[in-house]
Amino acid sequence: MSDVGQMYQTLDVLCPMHVVLSATGHVTHAGPTVQKLRPDTAMIGRRFLEIFDLKRPRAISTMDQLRDTAGTKLHLQLRDAPQTEVKGILVPGFAPDHSIVNLSFGISVVDAVSDYALSSADFAATDLTVEMLYLVEAKSAAMDASRKLNLRLQGAMIAAEEQAFTDTLTGLKNRRAMDHVLARHIQWDTRFGLMQIDLDWFKAVNDTLGHAAGDHVLQTVARVMVEETRETDTVARVGGDEFVIILPHAKGPDSLLSIGRRIIKRLSRPIPFQGEECKISASIGAAVFEPESGLTVAEILDNADVALYASKHGGRSQQTIYHPDLRAQTHNLAPPVGRADTRTA
Amino acid sequence: MYGAKIWDICAMHGLINRAIQCFVTDSYGADKWVEATRVADLDFVEFEAMLTYDDDITPALLDAVSDVLDRPRDEVMEDIGTYLVSHPNVEALRRLLRFGGVTFVEFLHSLDDLPDRARLAVSDLNLPRIELRDHSPTQFSLICQSPVAGYGHVMMGILRTMADDYGTLAMLEHTGAGNGVETISVSLIETEFAEGRVFDLGARAS
Repeated sequence: MSDVGQMYQTLDVLCPMHVVLSATGHVTHAGPTVQKLRPDTAMIGRRFLEIFDLKRPRAISTMDQLRDTAGTKLHLQLRDAPQTEVKGILVPGFAPDHSIVNLSFGISVVDAVSDYALSSADFAATDLTVEMLYLVEAKSAAMDASRKLNLRLQGAMIAAEEQAFTDTLTGLKNRRAMDHVLARHIQWDTRFGLMQIDLDWFKAVNDTLGHAAGDHVLQTVARVMVEETRETDTVARVGGDEFVIILPHAKGPDSLLSIGRRIIKRLSRPIPFQGEECKISASIGAAVFEPESGLTVAEILDNADVALYASKHGGRSQQTIYHPDLRAQTHNLAPPVGRADTRTA
Repeated sequence: MYGAKIWDICAMHGLINRAIQCFVTDSYGADKWVEATRVADLDFVEFEAMLTYDDDITPALLDAVSDVLDRPRDEVMEDIGTYLVSHPNVEALRRLLRFGGVTFVEFLHSLDDLPDRARLAVSDLNLPRIELRDHSPTQFSLICQSPVAGYGHVMMGILRTMADDYGTLAMLEHTGAGNGVETISVSLIETEFAEGRVFDLGARAS
């Protein structure tokens, strides 16, 4: 065997993706892995630039021009399908006017390996391609596990948030949720109605019939309030027997009054519990937030409180719409006992 | 090298516990798994592969599984090894191991790199160190660090199955444990005993 032939055999082991080109640019020898790219057509005898399209450097059509690129990185693409992109470098060959082009898949390796059914044996033992494939696969598996964990954590987070905003006894929103909704409405600066509702004589039910009866009453009250309001309204239990309803886009005092009337009417009916009757009612103070009024959350809540206080003083089981005149009546200036404390909690 | 207990400084990776969970669930059903978590006195049933857990949990869990399945712990651990490289649900692992070499002997040599390879994929996963000593072309011993007693048996299960995978007939023997290290002797009878399973480098993980 000639020395040159032996050289090419050496190259087959060290760089199985090389081709040897003659002076005219025809392939005279192809490494075993290059030949696998086109298993049905022999590469030997074909013009290199007919098999590969040289993308960069551009405008190279002759072998002389190609030879001048020696030592620079070539971006090539197979002309027929699958049009795998490869990187290459040309160096002068061992015989006069011969050239050697060594090729590599670069980033297209993942597709190439499956397109051409390549195995570890198709890459030089020192080539990092197999390690790279290993990494690609290992990373995908690890990312997949992470993604699944993220999904589960997101689900758990949503459930936890839901729980953090819910009053567990009644299923209504809690104070935290109410603060949140109220702040948002004020930020939007759109009209909404606010009702503060205190149950009347609830403590008596708790004291005489026990906590189970009290809990039953609270659950019944919650159901009534939800039934008497729209789905877009927010009904919250903000204290033991204190409720708040936020009514977005409330038309005005009349619509608030009619909702309040229905709630008081239904809550004034005795609630049966284990053969006993729980008798309660409700006092309501309502206020309307007008856009551009500049009221804060605390101020609108306080307005509703003043109105609620007026209802309680008026003999309970009634409702009052806030009006600045209410503040002038001295007995309404003191906040209703208990409420001011619980709101800051 | 084996003197330093490097595993002491790192919490048990969820992947390890998750593997035990998948093994019990896939092989014996979810009920047995739930029972095992109860026996192990855990207050949860799902391990997250990407979180870490207390080191004490793993040995307690293995004892519980052995208890619930009413089988010796070494046997259970070998079955876990077999499961890891043969069950379709964990095919990715078998594929990753096959990247180690074209022949079973190359694969054996690649085990030295296994903890480093694992860390490339999951940076906080610390697998026990493994060292292969070759006594002759067909005689090897595998020295495994064993942070959890019986880890060598897991490796036995893996090696037995991977030998089949490569179509190699091999005799394996667990030759003892001590000082946090377990030793397995490997004798190759025939390296081209059977066809083996195909390993397609380019197959996409589903």
